[in-house]
Amino acid sequence: MTEALKELGSHIEMKRPDCVLGWEITLDELTIDVTPANIAGFVEFLRTDATCRFTTLIDITGVDYPERPKRFDLIYHFLSMYQNHRVRLRLAAREDEMVPTITEVHPSANWYEREVFDMFGIIFSGHPDMRRLLTDYGFRGYPLRKDFPTTGYTEVRYDETTKRVVYEPVKLVQEYRQFDFMSPWEGANYILPGDEKKEEAK
Amino acid sequence: MMDGSNQFGDAQTGEQKIRNFNLNFGPQHPAAHGVLRLVLELDGEIVERCDPHVGLLHRGTEKLMESRTYLQNLPYLDRLDYVAPMNQEHAWCLAIEKLTGVVVPRRASLIRVLYSEIGRVLNHLMNVTTQAMDVGALTPPLWGFEHREELMIFYERACGARLHAAYFRPGGVHQDLPPKLLDDIEEWSERFGGFLDDLNNLLTENRIFKQRNVDIGIVTEDDIQRYGFSGVMVRGSGLAWDLRRAQPYECYDEFDFQIPVGKNGDCYDRYLCRVEEMRQSTSIILQCLEKLRAPEGQGDILSRGKITPPKRIEMKTSMEALIHHFKLYTEGFRVPEGQVYAAVEAPKGEFGVYLVSDGTNRPYRAKLRAPGYPHLAAMDHIATGHQLADVAAIIGTLDIVFGEIDR
Repeated sequence: MTEALKELGSHIEMKRPDCVLGWEITLDELTIDVTPANIAGFVEFLRTDATCRFTTLIDITGVDYPERPKRFDLIYHFLSMYQNHRVRLRLAAREDEMVPTITEVHPSANWYEREVFDMFGIIFSGHPDMRRLLTDYGFRGYPLRKDFPTTGYTEVRYDETTKRVVYEPVKLVQEYRQFDFMSPWEGANYILPGDEKKEEAK
Repeated sequence: MMDGSNQFGDAQTGEQKIRNFNLNFGPQHPAAHGVLRLVLELDGEIVERCDPHVGLLHRGTEKLMESRTYLQNLPYLDRLDYVAPMNQEHAWCLAIEKLTGVVVPRRASLIRVLYSEIGRVLNHLMNVTTQAMDVGALTPPLWGFEHREELMIFYERACGARLHAAYFRPGGVHQDLPPKLLDDIEEWSERFGGFLDDLNNLLTENRIFKQRNVDIGIVTEDDIQRYGFSGVMVRGSGLAWDLRRAQPYECYDEFDFQIPVGKNGDCYDRYLCRVEEMRQSTSIILQCLEKLRAPEGQGDILSRGKITPPKRIEMKTSMEALIHHFKLYTEGFRVPEGQVYAAVEAPKGEFGVYLVSDGTNRPYRAKLRAPGYPHLAAMDHIATGHQLADVAAIIGTLDIVFGEIDR
C-alpha cells in the first residue's frame, strides 16, 4: 500500500513540479502540499492523468491555525474509483488571500467551497455563487475560526409582545465551560491556586 | 418558438405573457424529509432551476467537537444521520483507532459489522418505504416501520438506547451481547425475507410506483464523478463501487456478500438496489451471528488499554484501575499528533471523518463528510427538466437526512 503511494507521490511530483511543494505518507495516506496559484490546473491533471484518475472530489475543508502567518490550511480529499486510491491536498492560505475555485473541474466543489467560505471566510475567486450555506440568513462572522466563541454572539427567541422572533446578544447565566485538561504534573503554564503564596514566602 | 419569447415584436395580450414561476418547497413539507427548503423556478410544471436552502438544522457539531474530548464527541455522531446512527460512530472510532494504532478484538469487530448491517437495513427500510409514501403509497411505511421498531429494540437491548446508541467505542464496543439477543436477531432475520417479498409484491410491479420512478432522475457515470456521488447513487448506475469491498475495513473481507448494481441509474433502479442490499445485509447478519457463536468469536469486546475503561470487576480491587476509569471519563485520552481520514460505507454512501489531532485530549479539527451533502448539492443538476411532482421522488431517492447534511 505504502509502496504504491510512494510511486504515486513521486509520479505526481515529477509531472507537475510547479504545483507540488512536497509530499508525505502518514498512516497509509498520501498528503501533497500544493501552491494556490494553479490549483484548478493541478486538480484537472489529477483527474485526467491515467495513473491518478482522481475523478471524485470527496471533500474540501479548512483548518485554522491563528498563530501562523498563513493562517488557514485548505484540505482537499480526492478518490479514484478506477484506481482505488485516495489523495489529500494541503494548501496554505493567508487570511486576506483569495484561492482559485475548482468548480470548473469538479461541480461538486460548489457547495464545499461555499461551506468553507461560510465557516472560515476564505473567498474562492471565480466561484459562481459565493453565498453562505449553513448559517442563518444574515449571519455575521466565521464560526469555525478559532477566535469565534462557541456560544456565538446572538441568540433568538420568540417575543410575545412584538409577536415575532427577535435577535439579541447572547446572555449566559454561566460562563461557557472550557476545561483546561493539562495536567499540572506535565508542565501546565499557569500557577495553581495557592501556589502564589509560595513565592511570597521566599 | 414556444417558450414565450416574443421574437416578432407583435402585440401581446395579458394572457400571452408567460413568465417563470418561483415556488417555495418546504421547509415544512412532508416530502422534504425534514427541513429542506427548495426555491424552485418553474416554467409551467417543468423545473428550470432548483436552489436548495440548507442549514435550518445546523447545530455547529464540528465547532462543538473542538471543545470536547474524543469520547464525549462520540454521541454527536449519532445525531448526524439519525436513521442509522451506529454507522457514523463507526467512522469516528476507525479514525481514532487509526491514529492511536489500537487493534480491535475480533468479537468487537464482529459485533460492529452486525450492528452496521442492522443500521443499513434500518436506513433502507426507512428510505424505501417513505419514498413510496412520497409517490402515493401508504401501506409500505406502515409495514416497514414495524420491522424498524424490532430492529430498534435490538439496538436498545445492546446499548440501552433506541436511537442515540453511543455503542461503538474507540477500541471496541461498550458492552457484550447476551446469547438470547443473538437468537432473537437470528429469528428476526429469518422472518425478514418474507417481509421483503411482501414489499416486492406491493411495489416492484406496481403501475403507479413505476410510473413515478422509472426514468426519473437518471444519473450517468459522468454525473457520478463530477458530482462526487457515493453509495447507492453510484451502484444504481451500474458501477459496483462499495467501500466494504473496495477498501475493506473492520472484518468485511471475511464475509460473503454480493454488491447489487442497477442498469439505468434512475429512481427505480436505486429502489431495486436498496431492496437487494437489505437481502445482502440480512445474509451478512446471519454470517455474523454464526461467527459470533464460534469459539474464535468469543473473548473480550474492548482492547484493554489507555483509551478504554478497565473492567468493572478490576475496579473493585485495584486502585490503579479506579484512577484510570476516573481519568478516562473526566480528562479523556490523548491521541497522537497527526491527521487522518477514515471512511465507512454508510447506508447512504461514503461517510468520512477527517481528524486533525494536536496531541491533546480534544480534536483540533474534526470534519464530518456526509454522503447526503454532495447528493443534495447535485439536486439542481438532477431535477432540472423534470416535472414538479418528480421533485418529491428525486428527494426520496437521494436519501436525504438533514442531521448529516446540516451538521
